[in-house]
Amino acid sequence: MAYVAVKGGEKAIDAAHAWLASDRRGDPAIAEVSTAQIASQLGRAVDRVMAEGSLYDRDLAALAIKQAQGDLIEAAFLLRAYRTTLPRFAYSLPLDTAAMQIRRRISAVFKDLPGGQVLGPTYDYTHRLLDFALLAEGQPPAPPTAPSDAAPLRRVNDFLGHEGLIEPDAPSDATPGDLTREPLTFPASREVRLQALARGDEGFLLALGYSTQRGYGGSHPFAGEIRVGEARVEIEPPELGFAIDIGDITLTECQMVNQFKGSRTAPPQFTRGYGLTFGHAERKAMGMALVDRAMRAEELGEDLTAPAQNVEFVLYHSDNIEGTGFVEHLKLPHYVDFQSELETIRRMRADAMKDAAE
Amino acid sequence: MSTVEGYNFAYLDEQTKRMIRRALLKAVAIPGHQIPFGSREMPLPYGWGTGGIQVTAAILGPEDTLKVIDQGADDTTNAVSIRRFFARTAGVATTTDTEAATVIQTRHRIPEKKLREDQIIVYQVPQPEPLSRLEPSRAETRRMHALAEYGLMHVKLYEDITRFGHIAISYDYPVMVNGRHLMAPSPIPAFDNPKMDMMPALQLFGAGREKRIYAIPPYTSVKSLDFDDHPFRTTRAPHACGLCGADDSYLDEVVTDDKGGRLYVCSDTDHCETRRAAGHTGSETPVAEAAQ
Repeated sequence: MAYVAVKGGEKAIDAAHAWLASDRRGDPAIAEVSTAQIASQLGRAVDRVMAEGSLYDRDLAALAIKQAQGDLIEAAFLLRAYRTTLPRFAYSLPLDTAAMQIRRRISAVFKDLPGGQVLGPTYDYTHRLLDFALLAEGQPPAPPTAPSDAAPLRRVNDFLGHEGLIEPDAPSDATPGDLTREPLTFPASREVRLQALARGDEGFLLALGYSTQRGYGGSHPFAGEIRVGEARVEIEPPELGFAIDIGDITLTECQMVNQFKGSRTAPPQFTRGYGLTFGHAERKAMGMALVDRAMRAEELGEDLTAPAQNVEFVLYHSDNIEGTGFVEHLKLPHYVDFQSELETIRRMRADAMKDAAE
Repeated sequence: MSTVEGYNFAYLDEQTKRMIRRALLKAVAIPGHQIPFGSREMPLPYGWGTGGIQVTAAILGPEDTLKVIDQGADDTTNAVSIRRFFARTAGVATTTDTEAATVIQTRHRIPEKKLREDQIIVYQVPQPEPLSRLEPSRAETRRMHALAEYGLMHVKLYEDITRFGHIAISYDYPVMVNGRHLMAPSPIPAFDNPKMDMMPALQLFGAGREKRIYAIPPYTSVKSLDFDDHPFRTTRAPHACGLCGADDSYLDEVVTDDKGGRLYVCSDTDHCETRRAAGHTGSETPVAEAAQ
């Protein structure tokens, strides 16, 4: 019986990384994909990685996707780890999504409304037939254009607000929490909850939002408005004393309108669930809005019965970087603990057999 | 000083280190109490030791000598990877020799050799909340710690005794620190628990994903929970190390064939190597080595 000590971890790691690099490159006879191609042609993947990576940078997100071989959670992790090292120059002023340059804006609660329904670049009414024409390379025909209406489109909820039919969304001067600098504490304020959801896993929010529709914390939602477009980001450097525009970012915003029967302190009115994400990500924004509304159950005096209403449950498990880390860490060696379990279970079995024999 | 371009000494920026050091000071002031801290995403995944890495990064100086172990071994891939991370980002000296190290980062073990006053041991912690399996809500467990309301844990231990005749926790065995705070010792085998009691070295614990830091100052009482009629006892495989003959160290069970063959060797690789260098042999010591 020979025992060879497990040595050479360092060599094994280097060899594994080299293999990974060659695996990533794939067949060298096929042209290498460029990050510019990813940034411009895999836009939805880039959007998701920016949202979950909490960093708005299309080029770096494209690089992360390339480096991760298209594993979007791994790519978001790469972006997060980079983001942590960046200095904080300033916090932006609150974004004005009513002033967004709209690409898409739809409302499911009104047939028509000022500014109209703007379909934009959507998959909603595509027939899901594989388009074999994409196998061949070629240019799609240029889309039709219409004269742009530069006037900002007001949010649908503002129309309901006039009549007091929907709960007011009063502006606040309070400094919002910063999840990336302070750990979560409970009870968590709504803006901190929304921060967590905005960087939360799309699949998790989709599933939880879906669960509310199937009866686990239902809130009778209507898609009040979904809008996608470019919003201006402004900062106000203290030495200047006025706001300056530092660029535009693409955002998806979802305002859910939810039924509310009223309580002892509030008259019957519609309530809000809110979703906002980087990039074009309607599924994520809608899931987020459903979960945001579900987590307001306690505030609105509703019964707490469903997973989506449990704030601790949702917020502690929405982050896929944390989740993937802890699930996958089971790959690391645990043989010391397993050894102690072996000894314990051997002892328990010996006791059980002794008892059985008596 | 940093050896990787574009990054600060030991990776973290100084502001972040300062935040972590403040949490560490609080932690030392209240032994065993969990301090929330603004844990950062690290370039290693959560679960790989990000808490321990952040604590080590915050306390490491250029003069330090770092040892990193995982499962007691210096040569496991994750230990190698973390040691390399600090060798690259801080350029500090690294060692596998427990005695030569000033800072020891560990996952799942405490070295067999008694640690000294001039050493610091940093534990990687997956789950800092000792009550987590009994009460999932952190708002609730915080309250229980504040009130020192630990009956739930005693009931769990009592239930083990009624069902199995003994306490069935074999690792991450809960301890009472300084007679006040119930604490998770991290998933070290219960065998290692007694080493924590009145340890001359400073013990620091980092949980990155859960964003908590806690500490045991030198010479602090650390008691494994038990009952008068069911005193705490440790378990180890009832064998001697096949390589160095040690019969008091914690052993790994290595499968050697598919017929039930087993070899028991020290989990602490430095301990085993030191003993073998001093001439100790075991039943499986290669003949050439035994002859030296």
